[in-house]
Amino acid sequence: MESLLSLPWFDFTISGVVIGSIYALMAVGLALIFGVANLINFAHGSVFTVGSYIGWTCAVALGLPLWATVLVVAAAGGIVGALIELLAIRPLNHQSRIAPLLATIGVGLILDQIVHIIFGANPRALPVSLPNLRFSIGSGTIGAIDITIFVTGVISALALYLFLFHSKLGMAVRATAQDGDAARQMGVGINAINMTVFGIAGALGAIAGLLVGIYYNSIDPNASFEIMLKGMVAIVIGGMSNVPGAIGGGLILGLIESYGIALFGASYRDLFAFAVLLLMLLLRPNGLFARAHAREAEPMTGTFVTRAKPVRIPAWALVAGAVLIALVPALGQPYLTQVMTNALLYALAAMSLTLVAGTLGLISIGHAALLAVGAYASALLTMAGLPVALGLVLAAAITAVLGAALTYPAFRLRGHYVAIGTLAIGEIVALVILNWTSLTHGSMGLYGIPPLELFGIPLFSTNASYWFVLALVIVFALLQMRLLSSHLGRTWRAIREDTIAAETYGVASNYYKGLAFGFAGFVAGISGAVSAHQFSYINYDTFNLLTSVLILTIVILGGLGNVTGAIVAAIIVAGLPEVFRTLAEYRMLFYGMALLLLIRFRPQGLMGSD
Amino acid sequence: MATEGALLSATGITRRFGGITAVDGVDLHVREGEFLSVIGPNGAGKTTLFNLISGQDRMDAGRVTLEGRDITNLTPHRIAENGIARTFQHGRVFGNLTVMDNVLIGCHTRLRAARSRVPVLAPVIEILRALIRPAPVRAEDAAMRAEARDIIATFGDRLTPRIDQPTYSLSYANRRRVEIARALALHPRILILDEPTAGMNESETAEMQQIIGDLKAQGRTILLIEHKLNMVMQLSDRIMAMDNGKVIAEGTPAQVRNDPRVIEAYLGHSSIGGTAPAAKSLTEGAQ
Repeated sequence: MESLLSLPWFDFTISGVVIGSIYALMAVGLALIFGVANLINFAHGSVFTVGSYIGWTCAVALGLPLWATVLVVAAAGGIVGALIELLAIRPLNHQSRIAPLLATIGVGLILDQIVHIIFGANPRALPVSLPNLRFSIGSGTIGAIDITIFVTGVISALALYLFLFHSKLGMAVRATAQDGDAARQMGVGINAINMTVFGIAGALGAIAGLLVGIYYNSIDPNASFEIMLKGMVAIVIGGMSNVPGAIGGGLILGLIESYGIALFGASYRDLFAFAVLLLMLLLRPNGLFARAHAREAEPMTGTFVTRAKPVRIPAWALVAGAVLIALVPALGQPYLTQVMTNALLYALAAMSLTLVAGTLGLISIGHAALLAVGAYASALLTMAGLPVALGLVLAAAITAVLGAALTYPAFRLRGHYVAIGTLAIGEIVALVILNWTSLTHGSMGLYGIPPLELFGIPLFSTNASYWFVLALVIVFALLQMRLLSSHLGRTWRAIREDTIAAETYGVASNYYKGLAFGFAGFVAGISGAVSAHQFSYINYDTFNLLTSVLILTIVILGGLGNVTGAIVAAIIVAGLPEVFRTLAEYRMLFYGMALLLLIRFRPQGLMGSD
Repeated sequence: MATEGALLSATGITRRFGGITAVDGVDLHVREGEFLSVIGPNGAGKTTLFNLISGQDRMDAGRVTLEGRDITNLTPHRIAENGIARTFQHGRVFGNLTVMDNVLIGCHTRLRAARSRVPVLAPVIEILRALIRPAPVRAEDAAMRAEARDIIATFGDRLTPRIDQPTYSLSYANRRRVEIARALALHPRILILDEPTAGMNESETAEMQQIIGDLKAQGRTILLIEHKLNMVMQLSDRIMAMDNGKVIAEGTPAQVRNDPRVIEAYLGHSSIGGTAPAAKSLTEGAQ
């Protein structure tokens, strides 16, 4: 107790408030966009990163003073935000509500890759000369940088308040947030409003990027995702479209993190955010400051599944296709065979995701977690001496059970909340793998995973492992198609179309969601486990968010719910950039563009949703 | 009426939204084979009451029993398993499912392939049954399909030619018919219809009234919400009128039609909100 009291609580509070005001800056933009466009902007973290690099260009490369840097960063961030709205969001006006969310994921990938291309992948220092002031207050101190950040935050909030409540455009923004249709009827130009809001959000996000860079004297091209999540957690705390709530949520999150780090150590930092997120989604989905006792039902499950019939491929063509794919090793190009093996492993993962995202309608952005569970389970079991064949089966079974259990908290969520919830669950799995050192060796990863073999028959030659993975794909594709034609397929689709109506007709929707995630987990677990034996080394980052986004892109390209589509799309998406080496460098750009163009021009995918 | 002998008994049903009491201590009893209609102006709490009985919403106070079993605040799927089927005011079919599959979902509570009682392993058994499909599962599936076809055929040639079409391609009236077919497939002990003719034109309404009349003639127990009072007066054994969350009158069509409180509920609202179409049709219904 003595030692707890002797911690520098004042300093932790200050750093919590400072970090919290940055989260608040991010959250305000997200909340404004959610309010007006009903959309979680997954590209918001990338705007933050862009802001930090424009800040670096101004302050370091051009040597501008701080005030000018802030202005340029704000203007540039505003332009980036407005362009996102104009180019990626506006064309999707008449599409399902999950479509723009997926588009922002694509935009995020593209922006991040552009920053990578221009500035390289390594963090940079961002030294800004501020008066070296430190005020001592009691046992703690406040520095000039703390004050700068806090004051910038307060000024931004005030400017926003004046805009929203004392300008005509601000009034239009509030009206649109309350009732978009009514505002439109009154002659409010929705496009202009959306663009304004994206612009403001972009400016605030970019300023946040600059401030964080100054605070840590470091900017990182890989920061986008984490900071976007923090902003998202803050708006979930504050109540999604509630702007003052977002500020409160940001500060609360900053303080929770700061105190949490004080008590448990820095490696748990992100775990606090995700734990808070999950608790909020489960217990108070309307946010801390909401009085309403029940969330409005968002009839959004499965709305991305378009009313298009899937392309039916005759059985002979499927068999011919399978035979052709089986003959790939005959080309005598081991590299191509390896690439195809990898693509087929993605096909397994995509079949798994297309079942839950397409057939069941729960768009998951954390599917890589299931691959990771399968990979770690099989690696650990076989390293403990189990034969590989048994390891694969057990790993798949473990992933099936964990897959259903872990995603259970997301079952009651709908629409955008499913995306946030599954994302959080996926990240929590990665963080548990990272921090459960006694089991997983933490950030060291697992070395020397036994190679593929079945009952003493080695399968680690390039061709043997290719045929083994192909056999898995064919077997599980047939099983999945058979399930889809049974009462289970019917029941899953009914849940996707209208969960409440399905419940009303006796479908225990949570149970059937669990069944789907169980089967999907089994398939994903096999995919992850085989990958682990192929790579012989895995760590917590082997299956990361990019993997999840990639699998989701494959699933959308193939057509949601479409099993053959998933396989074809996996070969295109996972195979193409590798075959064309030049493309490999710009892989993220390729994926981002693919996602964006697909959602815009062919939301039903190549083979049609099923 | 006496509570005993009622198939469905709801007593003291109350639901508050914030400061508003949408349903305020309502009692409702339906006998086996009875046709009970609930009428009242918009916002009277009719749909909320039905949502509470069929489990879409949770009541703050009250108790519902079906054949003596307490079904208060059970989840919707449990209530369905107990034999209550309902349709929705705005029609909620599964758009991307075919007519046949929509009706088959109605059979779900009776599906033995989905009813494994083995503890822990039940999910695995259900998946294996769906994959392997042993003879009993195939036989059950065939029987359900045959039955679904029969139910669909009760709507004449409205649905049968479209049996393999997705329901999003159907007309509004046909979708409402699919909903009723789906409800019948549940073999309900009690059938709850929430404005089955909403948005239908006169000939469609007449056709729907014919179908509901046939259902009544089969001896089914039916609870109906409906604004078209002509239809209510002709079909109902008993009518319950609600206003402001409370029951204001209850009795035979003749009694309710002439009840001054019912007329006032409609006309009273009209003095605030201009002409009330419902009040007009009430007097028409009385002619």
